[in-house]
Amino acid sequence: MLSIQNLNKRFGEFSLRDIQLGIDRGDYFVLLGPSGAGKTLLFETIAGIYIPDSGEIILNGRDITSERIGRRNIGLVFQDGAVFPHLSAGENVGYALKMKKLPAKVIGKKVRMLAEQMGIGNLLHRKPAALSGGELKRVAIARTLALDPECLLLDEPLSSIDVQLRHEIMSLLRKLNQSGLTILHITHDYREAFYQANKIAVIDKGRIVQQGTPAEIVAKPASKFIAGFAGIRNYFDFRITGSNTIVVGEKLEIKTTRRIPVSGCVVMGQDCISILPKGETAAGENIFEGRITEVVRFPENTELALEVGIRLHLVVNEVSGLQLKEGETVRISIDAGRLGFLENTGH
Amino acid sequence: MQGVGAKISAFNLVLIVFGGLGLLFIISPLISMFMHTTAGDLFETGLDAEARGSIVRTMLISFFATSLFSVIAVPLAYLLARREFAGKRLITGIVDLPIVIPHSAAGIAILGFISRDSLLGKFAGFFGLNLVGNPAGIALAMAFVSLPFLINSARDGFQSVPVRLEKAALTLGASRLRVFFTISVPLAWRSILTGFILMFGRGMSEFGAVVIVAYHPMITPVLIWERFSAFGLKYARPIAVLFIVICLVFFVVLRMLAGEKKKHHAQHSKPE
Repeated sequence: MLSIQNLNKRFGEFSLRDIQLGIDRGDYFVLLGPSGAGKTLLFETIAGIYIPDSGEIILNGRDITSERIGRRNIGLVFQDGAVFPHLSAGENVGYALKMKKLPAKVIGKKVRMLAEQMGIGNLLHRKPAALSGGELKRVAIARTLALDPECLLLDEPLSSIDVQLRHEIMSLLRKLNQSGLTILHITHDYREAFYQANKIAVIDKGRIVQQGTPAEIVAKPASKFIAGFAGIRNYFDFRITGSNTIVVGEKLEIKTTRRIPVSGCVVMGQDCISILPKGETAAGENIFEGRITEVVRFPENTELALEVGIRLHLVVNEVSGLQLKEGETVRISIDAGRLGFLENTGH
Repeated sequence: MQGVGAKISAFNLVLIVFGGLGLLFIISPLISMFMHTTAGDLFETGLDAEARGSIVRTMLISFFATSLFSVIAVPLAYLLARREFAGKRLITGIVDLPIVIPHSAAGIAILGFISRDSLLGKFAGFFGLNLVGNPAGIALAMAFVSLPFLINSARDGFQSVPVRLEKAALTLGASRLRVFFTISVPLAWRSILTGFILMFGRGMSEFGAVVIVAYHPMITPVLIWERFSAFGLKYARPIAVLFIVICLVFFVVLRMLAGEKKKHHAQHSKPE
């Protein structure tokens, strides 16, 4: 649907390099990356604010690389909404329609329809200064939807919104997506990305470093950077001490039958660490004793930090989590068959 | 803590004393002039057709000059606020030039520019118009010395408009021209209006450049000068006071109009 090929663009010192992205109709595509990675510049280039130095942007088979900005049929919602402060919410929503010189009646009807859809029907007469962050976001999204865009680009749509409202906007966006709208969404928050996306691309220093489904990215992060950025916390450098033995940290010796790369790091996902029931004394390969150093309880689960020579992070469900206390000693088993290895690739 | 507090209030005292002296310096000559003018003098000047005519003429010419040159000044201000180009610093310097050169010298320059044998003079002559000694010439002299105020104020206004609002309008299908008229100008409006008021005021009060270009028809600053040189301080004072009062009333009203909007905005804003 939207395909970006070999896109390059210089912005002074910074540049977007060799960007390749493929977005299918109906995707909820999240571009994940730290601040300064070039996310916004990439979006503004796709929207037509900047023309790339080289490469192509194809939308539904149409080359829009140097198409005029207003004719691309791509909607861009800016990070803070960029709601025009001198116009009322209603005038903001109707701005694009007015630019198309549609009759006032048609504009009014469409504005009311969009406002209802976005839940801002009773705010249309208000000036932006009298709206909250969440309301402004809704106005900005409604204003962009008035264009009937083929795809919607959202730059950090959940920033500067209260936590409670964040979930409302998130479900609103998913609903829009489910109704058939292709959405591209920028964020620096991996939780937001995994919550919303059916596809994720990770961007760093102006390059796309990995793209795939959320499951693919978690299961096989392409680099340490992505592992860290994708919210995977248990990844460690290792030393090879035998044909199928690695040492992590000072002296945590793990045996594995998996192929071990010459250098890189080992990733221990949630599914490869388990806490043994109290009283079970079985010893053996890959069973270690450790101490709980931190317990953080959430309504749905409990997060633990364990010291077993390395610091492991673990999420356990509510029932087993309730019994665990800080300072307690527990035994854990590491399932070596589920270890992941990241080869050093230079990222 | 007390020591720090005492230090600050001593410093404040210094600020107040020096600030007060500065204000006094501005106000006292004006007050003294007002005190030396009786209501009778003012009334008499108000009846004086020559004085009345000159005041109306001064305001009209300055207003006309300011309005006409806004058409040139506002786009230039936008260009300076938004675009980067070679020689921008030079152009910014050129814009400020009329502020720093002596106004009598500016008058000489304008005179050369509009005299009958100049290009502009010949062009005007083609329509049977002599710019020297003509309200059009006065308007040009006023505009020359006061244009920087409008350009600079409008430029500051455009600079304070966030670029991303203009980008947003572009992505919503507006052409650059419509972005300018529907987003940039309305949001910079207060600064443009302030610049307009400053230019208008500066134009009205211009003497040096105007007197060289056109002694007649007489604008009020020239009339004040003539009354002073022919009859002395006593005769020049009432017309000066009257002109100041009218200017002040005008500015207060315009400022209030410009300020009204701000208040309107503030009322609508809700604390976060």
